[in-house]
Amino acid sequence: MSLNGKAYVVGAFEHPTRFAPDKSVAQLHVECALGAVRDAGLSLADIDGYFCAGDAPGHGPMWMTDYLNLNVRYMDGSDFGGCSYLAHVEHAASAIAAGKCSVALITLAGKPKSDGQATGTMNFAYGPAYPEAPFETPYRWNLAAMYGIFARRHMHDYGTTSEQLAWIKVAASHHAQHNPNALLRKVFTVEDVLSSPMIADPLHRLDCCVITDGGGALIVARPEIARSLNRPLVRIIGTGEAIKTNAGGDVSLTTTGAAQSGRTAFADAGVTPNDIKYASIYDAFTIMALMQIEDLGFCEKGAGGRFVSDGNLISGVGRLPWNTDGGGLCSNHPAGRGGMTKAIEAVRQLRGEAHPAVQVPNCDLALASGPGGILGTGQNHATLILEREA
Amino acid sequence: MNTGQTEPTDAFVAAYPELRPFWDAAAERRLVLKFCDACGRTHWYPRLVCPHCHGDAFHWKDASGRATVYSFSVIRTVEEPFVLAYVQLEEGPIMMTNIVDCGVEEVHIGQSVQVQFQPVAPDRWAPFFAPMTDRAAPG
Repeated sequence: MSLNGKAYVVGAFEHPTRFAPDKSVAQLHVECALGAVRDAGLSLADIDGYFCAGDAPGHGPMWMTDYLNLNVRYMDGSDFGGCSYLAHVEHAASAIAAGKCSVALITLAGKPKSDGQATGTMNFAYGPAYPEAPFETPYRWNLAAMYGIFARRHMHDYGTTSEQLAWIKVAASHHAQHNPNALLRKVFTVEDVLSSPMIADPLHRLDCCVITDGGGALIVARPEIARSLNRPLVRIIGTGEAIKTNAGGDVSLTTTGAAQSGRTAFADAGVTPNDIKYASIYDAFTIMALMQIEDLGFCEKGAGGRFVSDGNLISGVGRLPWNTDGGGLCSNHPAGRGGMTKAIEAVRQLRGEAHPAVQVPNCDLALASGPGGILGTGQNHATLILEREA
Repeated sequence: MNTGQTEPTDAFVAAYPELRPFWDAAAERRLVLKFCDACGRTHWYPRLVCPHCHGDAFHWKDASGRATVYSFSVIRTVEEPFVLAYVQLEEGPIMMTNIVDCGVEEVHIGQSVQVQFQPVAPDRWAPFFAPMTDRAAPG
């Protein structure tokens, strides 16, 4: 069953902080939850479904449900890494379509900046319980180097260049200059990116995202409730999920889970990539956005380097306005989990509430997409297609 | 030789008793792979169900130890930069590893490499790869 039209995103809130040493993670979740219900014109008493992932204090949805004293009849603590919140929108819509809840709250928050976490360059060391741990941990891998591996292979297979990757950062920075909350508001040039220090070949420091504290929340509701609220109507018309396994080593490291989650979401929605007016695509590294742009069908596989060049992702300039909040590359990456902010900026664009300098005119169809976990070691992926209802 | 009768002291080895043949071979500096009795293919990392056909009967077999670099990166944010890589084993699968015994600038995609084992814990050896020397190159 397609979820097209079964539920609406009625509330969205991105915490303005990027550094919150004086707040607990629970407080950030609470502030995001309150921000989203107020944005929707609802109250916490209206919430009857709650969704969170591994960033929430405690283990699973019970702790924050208890902390907020929500009266839920549906809950989901599925952790798919950074794309959890995009998948939670699908799960919430499924629960709403099945009559299991009416108003679902999804929250995210974290404080990696306060914790001094070097998310991209810290050594990943999984414990003995993880099946692949002894086959990966000895090699002292980190996220930046994994994406460096993908970038190197993409360059080898398709001729992609560091200059082309740099254009992705340039586009994000053009948007971030207008976002007063963005961590980096400086407008970068291709030369800035290429002259920044090499972190994990061929990725430079400016190919990497920011590390920030913060959070966000979304409210998903059934159609009658959405129509009763005094907010623009943002309808969920397509959803898709994937786990791209490492397939026993028979795997391409240049194709992401977006190929499957995107295909599913576009089929649900009955639209094509050409119809999309705005795209939020998770960007922990420049190459991460590029591979998904290809896999989602915005250009042919391998043509992403040419597609992203010359400002083609800059709102008002290029063909695909992308991450107009500045994305993870320049604005915000709370808890090191980028899916939430991707959905929020897509909602802003559809409501006409993005910054005027980056607002896409008549933006009635948007996509939000991203991975969780790492290609090669097992990657989750989720894609949403949202439509503004006249 | 480790007979497999003693209790492993390494937590990673102890956590997956079904992988004991792998660790026993590794301690003898041998890379062994699981081959599926149904489809004949191998995979990495070793599992109880074949990723290709979902068969669940296998035999362990020595790998050639030869591989080519699939892709790599140099981790520069540490005192001694090193190479994180995926290599493609001659038998088919790609696997994460480090390229060792060469300068970080010498590694390239398609490069022929040869397995070697290094101790990564007091009771555990892991496969690493080094550029193939003339002596190790296939005849």
